[in-house]
Amino acid sequence: MYQTTYHRASSVDEAAALFAKGSEAKYLSGGQTLLPVMKQRLASPSDVIDLAKIKELIGIDASGDTLTIKAATPHYDVATSDAAKKAIPAVAYLASLIGDPAVRYRGTIGGSLANNDPAADYPAATLALGATIKTNKRSIAADDYFKGLFATALEDGEIITAVSFPVPVKAGYAKFPHPASRFALTGVFVAQTKAGDVRVAVTGASQSGVMRVAAIEAALKANWAASAIDSVSIPSSGLLSDLHGSADYRANLIKVMAQRAVTAAG
Amino acid sequence: MGVEGIGASVVRKEDKRFITGKGRYVDDVKLPGMTYAHFIRSPHAHAKVKGIDASAALKLPGVVAVLNGKQIVDDKVGNLICGWAITSKDGSPMKMGAWPAMAPETVRFVGQAVAVVIAESKNLARDAAEAVVVDYEELPAVANVTEAIKAGAPQLHPEAPGNQIYDWVIGDENAVNDAFSKAANVVKLDVTNNRLAPNPMEPRSAVADYNEAEEHFTLYTTSQNPHVARLVLSAFYNIAPEHKLRVIAPDVGGGFGSKIYIYPEEMVALWASKKVGRPVKWTGDRTEAFLTDAHGRDHVTHAEMAFDANNKILGFRVKTYANFGAYMSLFSSAVPTYLYATLLSGQYDVPAIHAEVIAVYTNTTPVDAYRGAGRPEASYLIERMMETAARQLKVDPAALRKTNFITQFPHQTPVIMAYDIGDFNASLDAAMKAIDYAGFAGRKAQAKAQGKLRGIGVSCYIEACGIAPSKAVGSLGAGVGLWESAEVRVNPVGTIEVLTGSHSHGQGHETVFAQLISDRLGIPISQVSIVHGDTDKVQFGMGTYGSRSAAVGLTAILKAVEKVESKAKKIAAHALEASEADIVIENGEFKVTGTDKAIALPMVALAAYTAHNLPDGMEPGLKESAFYDPSNFTFPAGAYICELEVDPGTGKTSFVNFVAADDFGRLINPMIVEGQVHGGLAQGIGQALLEHAVYDANGQPITASFMDYTMPRADDLPSFKLSHTTTLCPGNPLGIKGCGEAGAIGASAAVINAITDAIGKNNLEMPATPDRVWRTIHAA
Ligand SMILES: Cc1cc2nc3c(=O)[nH]c(=O)nc-3n(C[C@H](O)[C@H](O)[C@H](O)COP(=O)(O)OP(=O)(O)OC[C@H]3O[C@@H](n4cnc5c(N)ncnc54)[C@H](O)[C@@H]3O)c2cc1C
Repeated sequence: MYQTTYHRASSVDEAAALFAKGSEAKYLSGGQTLLPVMKQRLASPSDVIDLAKIKELIGIDASGDTLTIKAATPHYDVATSDAAKKAIPAVAYLASLIGDPAVRYRGTIGGSLANNDPAADYPAATLALGATIKTNKRSIAADDYFKGLFATALEDGEIITAVSFPVPVKAGYAKFPHPASRFALTGVFVAQTKAGDVRVAVTGASQSGVMRVAAIEAALKANWAASAIDSVSIPSSGLLSDLHGSADYRANLIKVMAQRAVTAAG
Repeated sequence: MGVEGIGASVVRKEDKRFITGKGRYVDDVKLPGMTYAHFIRSPHAHAKVKGIDASAALKLPGVVAVLNGKQIVDDKVGNLICGWAITSKDGSPMKMGAWPAMAPETVRFVGQAVAVVIAESKNLARDAAEAVVVDYEELPAVANVTEAIKAGAPQLHPEAPGNQIYDWVIGDENAVNDAFSKAANVVKLDVTNNRLAPNPMEPRSAVADYNEAEEHFTLYTTSQNPHVARLVLSAFYNIAPEHKLRVIAPDVGGGFGSKIYIYPEEMVALWASKKVGRPVKWTGDRTEAFLTDAHGRDHVTHAEMAFDANNKILGFRVKTYANFGAYMSLFSSAVPTYLYATLLSGQYDVPAIHAEVIAVYTNTTPVDAYRGAGRPEASYLIERMMETAARQLKVDPAALRKTNFITQFPHQTPVIMAYDIGDFNASLDAAMKAIDYAGFAGRKAQAKAQGKLRGIGVSCYIEACGIAPSKAVGSLGAGVGLWESAEVRVNPVGTIEVLTGSHSHGQGHETVFAQLISDRLGIPISQVSIVHGDTDKVQFGMGTYGSRSAAVGLTAILKAVEKVESKAKKIAAHALEASEADIVIENGEFKVTGTDKAIALPMVALAAYTAHNLPDGMEPGLKESAFYDPSNFTFPAGAYICELEVDPGTGKTSFVNFVAADDFGRLINPMIVEGQVHGGLAQGIGQALLEHAVYDANGQPITASFMDYTMPRADDLPSFKLSHTTTLCPGNPLGIKGCGEAGAIGASAAVINAITDAIGKNNLEMPATPDRVWRTIHAA
């Protein structure tokens, strides 16, 4: 690790001000991505601004038709939250599948969405549920937020403060873990919204990050059943291909995991 | 057996230290004035080193020196050696390329060191390393054997044309040809044995300390055999004569073979310590472990087996290409020859065997012995062959094995090994019963109704352990003897120190070895300490690998303890005014048999050291040593059966059951044996399903971290059901065969046989990743 200056911010405004002062500042939340990268000397921020202890960034709230998870809430809290389990059980279940216990105690939803790893789990739920990403500056619709591998609509220094998930009629998540990293080799989140839409988002599979799959959405809209996906064909073009999953294998997993997600959603 | 004697599952003495963070590992060593080394490693698989510019680095704070490969060669530090000479079928010696500790001119694998920075801290060394500019001229590279043997392939070493190290044969080719000409059926099989990265929990580390006034070196190192390290460093690497070099291997966090070898980093640390006049520490990180710890396996094999009309094996023909990586590691040459081809008879009566092994250089990390070393490759090949044959011959796989089992012992195989004892039917029967083999068809049908493909796979392994009779291995080309030494010191108050040449790096010697003393002398194991891992304390020893520490190391201790007993009995007889022949040892007392006259061990010990009243002519003291050289290998064997389900949608495998019936001879501590089997099975299953060290066509490693290299985790593994069927080894007095490698040797074939049974297709390579299995299911 290179030399850096650590700051513990006590409010979002203070964090933003510290960021503006640093020459190459970085926010730190759970540190489950940033710290390994710094240890490998692949990142050398001048200043590290810790968001994890800011009270206004921690907590889970379900009211009316919305489940709100604040940005610095660790995955473990979401996985075990009664409010989350009641409002959108698939989101709590998704959080329970992230990494291992040590990662879940530290890693946060804000860090996950800011990082937008193409194999991360939360982006699938965020996109499929049509969530809103709240920042210290604005609200961003999920459809406008994800911009490809590790790229998002966030501007330099912008802080995610919370994510609001509209409570759906039904939702389910099925993840096929990468054997080594246990991120999603392919994960599919399916949701039937209260407006009557069906939204399906896939993580881990595409060369351009989390994506929706129109063909599966149409099939499920016509008939909300796993068997409705039988006849859908998923092209392998544009899908990731590596040691643990070739593109056509991932295409198959999109289908199979979508079916399992529908079954899980009930 | 006493409560802590042979056969008792005593809790491990050393674990308190390990689980409370009080272990003392090499990286815990801190010496006054210590500096830190960071190696500059090649990012290329094959390149010329045209220049190294360290001028900017030398100006950075805290930099003590930047040293390079030219300097180490100029200082006449020897090239790395290979300790086992193999002769090709044409009579020529193996063709070995030079391997200097840092590359002066050419790098041949990603991660090979070209220079080292010595600095005041680890971080400063790393900073400076980034400022060193190495000018490389890239050369074409080759990573796998199939490509490396082709005409026109990039050439690694001028000494080895065609990248071929040797082309070695064993067995009677004419007899095999005869067998095939008479065969009713011939079964053919192609398999690869995937390359593995050993990944002990503790990365390698070295601290070297040169004392100029004494011209003496001390090396703390993560070694499985510190005495061998000293011998090699002294005799071949010109570091210092043996009496001027102390090697200490303190607590070592796992080795699995990868810490047998003397690596460039230790040599450089010693050399650099003298050059800079200060102690030098190097501790590798996980990436360095992936890049530079010797890998295991990596075979490509074609095999054919001939059967008569009654399904009896007539002959076995094998051709194997072994990937050695870029250099010949210390015991690399022996692994695919005398540790592999000599086991190709398996548990079966095979009248004729012929094997050809071609050793090949590639631009990859060097390959050497890894848990099982050659025997897993042999066992996997034979057991996949038996399963393939059963399917082709349309007979039950267990029945085919039984038809061909060796049942008379001793049994001379056609490939050197003479099996001393075993009962292969007993272990297979035990495993079949444990898994309810007979009820499998019903379970398979039930699973099918639920959309799952269920399979069962058998693996009957045999291994040669207790390595090894020195004379025998010497005649086969080994550069060392493979005996073991021990010294038993009874202190004046009756506590005991046992000095052993074995080295414990997780195995539990401190408990197991003490149990023998407890058994013999009737004292609690708390009064026995086991001393190992320091060349200044233990005179000599060959270390721990090849499941040898109980069969060979513990037998040496037994020999020494017998001498102690004999002298102690004389002292006791003298004190009790009895005849030596009437003295028996019971519960820590020397008794005159049939009387109530007795003297406790501490009193005997005290008498030995006060020497006030010893038998005439007896020397004072109570300390004896012994060297034990085994007369044969030992032959642990057993049967593993795996039952699993494959999800046809994803190709994912889930275990239903895994049973093991092992014959290890006598068990000293059954709990520790169980732990050894669990760990071995995890590694065997890891090889079958998960682990694979992969290079791209240009020799770039693509699995150099745990994000890509799948280490087995607890939830990848089934809950094992273990049992034992025992035949005592006749070759050593305790009847021990060894248990350290069995799981890793036998497990992988059971898993692949079960998957191929489940999916109804035989052509599946390891690791059977979900993608591969899915692809195989859906292949035309
Ligand atoms: C071993 C391991 C296994 C893992 N497995 C999984 C898995 O299975 N699935 C999965 O989805 N993830 C997985 N992760 C990732 C992990 O769960 C975290 O979600 C991820 O590391 C990012 O969250 P964090 O809180 O740790 O962010 P950090 O590492 O602290 O930060 C990541 C990036 O986000 C920025 N950032 C953080 N918070 C904010 C904010 N509020 N606003 C703006 N920018 C911000 C930081 O500046 C940094 O650039 C794994 C991680 C590890 C180490």
